[in-house]
Amino acid sequence: MTQAPALVLRNLCKTYPNGVEALKDVSLEISAGDLFALLGPNGAGKSTLIGIVSSLVNGTGGDAEVFGISIHKHRSAAMAMIGIVPQEINLNQFEKPLDICVQQAGFYGIRRSVAQERAERYLRELKLWDKAELPARTLSGGMKRRLMIARSMMNEPRLLILDEPTAGVDIEIRRSMWKFVRAINRAGTTVILTTHYLEEAENLCRNIAIIDHGRIIENTDMRSLLMQLDMETFVMDCQADLEALPEVDEIQFRRIDKRSFEADLPCSLDLNRLFASLTAAGITVKSMRNKTNRLEELFMRLTGDTETMA
Amino acid sequence: MNGRGNLVALGTIAHREVIRILRIWGQTLMPPAITMTLYFIIFGTLIGRRIGEMHGFSYMQYITPGLVMMSIITNSYGNMTSSFFGAKFGRYIEEMLVSPMPPWVILCGYLSGAMLRGLTVGTLVLGISLLFTHLQMHHIAITLLTAILTSIVFALAGFINAVFARKFDDIAIIPTFVLTPLTYLGGVFYSVDMLPSPWRQISHANPILYMVSAFREGMLGIGDIALLPSFAVMLGFVALLGATCIMLLRRGVGMRN
Ligand SMILES: Nc1ncnc2c1ncn2[C@@H]1O[C@H](COP(=O)(O)OP(=O)(O)O)[C@@H](O)[C@H]1O
Ligand SMILES: [Mg+2]
Repeated sequence: MTQAPALVLRNLCKTYPNGVEALKDVSLEISAGDLFALLGPNGAGKSTLIGIVSSLVNGTGGDAEVFGISIHKHRSAAMAMIGIVPQEINLNQFEKPLDICVQQAGFYGIRRSVAQERAERYLRELKLWDKAELPARTLSGGMKRRLMIARSMMNEPRLLILDEPTAGVDIEIRRSMWKFVRAINRAGTTVILTTHYLEEAENLCRNIAIIDHGRIIENTDMRSLLMQLDMETFVMDCQADLEALPEVDEIQFRRIDKRSFEADLPCSLDLNRLFASLTAAGITVKSMRNKTNRLEELFMRLTGDTETMA
Repeated sequence: MNGRGNLVALGTIAHREVIRILRIWGQTLMPPAITMTLYFIIFGTLIGRRIGEMHGFSYMQYITPGLVMMSIITNSYGNMTSSFFGAKFGRYIEEMLVSPMPPWVILCGYLSGAMLRGLTVGTLVLGISLLFTHLQMHHIAITLLTAILTSIVFALAGFINAVFARKFDDIAIIPTFVLTPLTYLGGVFYSVDMLPSPWRQISHANPILYMVSAFREGMLGIGDIALLPSFAVMLGFVALLGATCIMLLRRGVGMRN
């Protein structure tokens, strides 16, 4: 028997009561053992998608299966396999990390003795053991986030979902979180994380889906995506008003205004080709700059929209 | 989750509730003890002495079951609203929503906390009353059963209040404008037989009357209403409110987007 995918989404839809269509017919499959990134700008629908899977949001259509088990038909069995680290802090600020973790295990029906031992293990791994007896409200932002990760591990989930785990966290803690995520993935846990940093997905994940305005606009492996990204865009200002732009196989030109235009070309192409074609067309370039924001560029290419990453 | 898992989960919520009640005992156990002591001093000792006997009991003895019931009602309700709404407000309700716990486990967990507080305060008030008067226990099973059912009814009602509440004001309005008046008019301090028509008849629409009456019947052997209708009212409310709570939890009303 082949193993069921860790997560299958079928035609998920969500319209909030205020009329916002946060998810529009989202279908997606994530294999067991994957380290998967769900990338998208703010408001794309990432948290909504995760909310439906973790039963924090009621979907308005579609179904999801966790390792072959429907979250609607067998909610309890499906939830038992999921660990979730939400985007917003949702800790009881008066409780202590150790109690929070032991309690969470209790909600999954795990005996107290087992829970105690696990809580200690994960709090140590996430460098929180020395804070185990302090009220959660006294922890720093980064610590609270790590505490939520420890809490999500208490049922030793087969599928761990992290919603923007590193947003607003400093570099060092981000690195240590990445290390933790890699380690548990290596140990067999499927991991899905949402992010709006391409670098994070690039550093960590094997496969990726890109979501925008509630739709999956790309779903591929990281390598192919990066290859697509292997394009550079230059913005050029000219001496005189532009007439016609040249036509070259590997280069795409876009006019911006009377005296400036953009050129997309693969990184491998040498710039002399570009200038040769411009010279041949009688265009004199006065200045040029590289448009560097790769993610912005990616979204532009995928959505034809430059506003999304603003 | 299997049966044992559900029990562990239920025990976990109950445990958390006990810790909460004890941690903030100055808000949960202390105020009702003080308020009720004042009631005993003012109504029982000072005013009660001038009132004379009620159905063969001193006024102090007559109001004790009423005041115990009042404590159970307020504290069962208050514990449920503040604890469950607190979990919503602080978002840590999500810890439970993402877990495999079925709705009845969540409900029973919170119910046990609310009952624990309601009945503890009730017992405390009963203990305080012994400082002022001597009491008898006419029928302990009826007394206990009434206390438990009443606690369940108001804990469930509090749960519904907490589900629909969006801000702290929303869990203060019902106790102030509904619960307190109904309790005062529910025969805590007097027998409805003393009321003129039509107030006596109208009082019978007040469910609290049935509970106070059954409780007084259990303790003193006197009540305004027969036991059978009283228990029918209590059980009816338990079933109706319980089913409503489970339905709300299942749909995630006020909890899930
Ligand atoms: N509770 C809510 N009520 C109404 N609209 C919401 C709610 N939560 C999110 N939205 C809207 O749904 C869309 C998707 O939001 P979200 O899933 O949080 O996106 P992301 O996590 O990708 O930033 C946004 O337009 C957001 O404003
Ligand atoms: Mg989000």
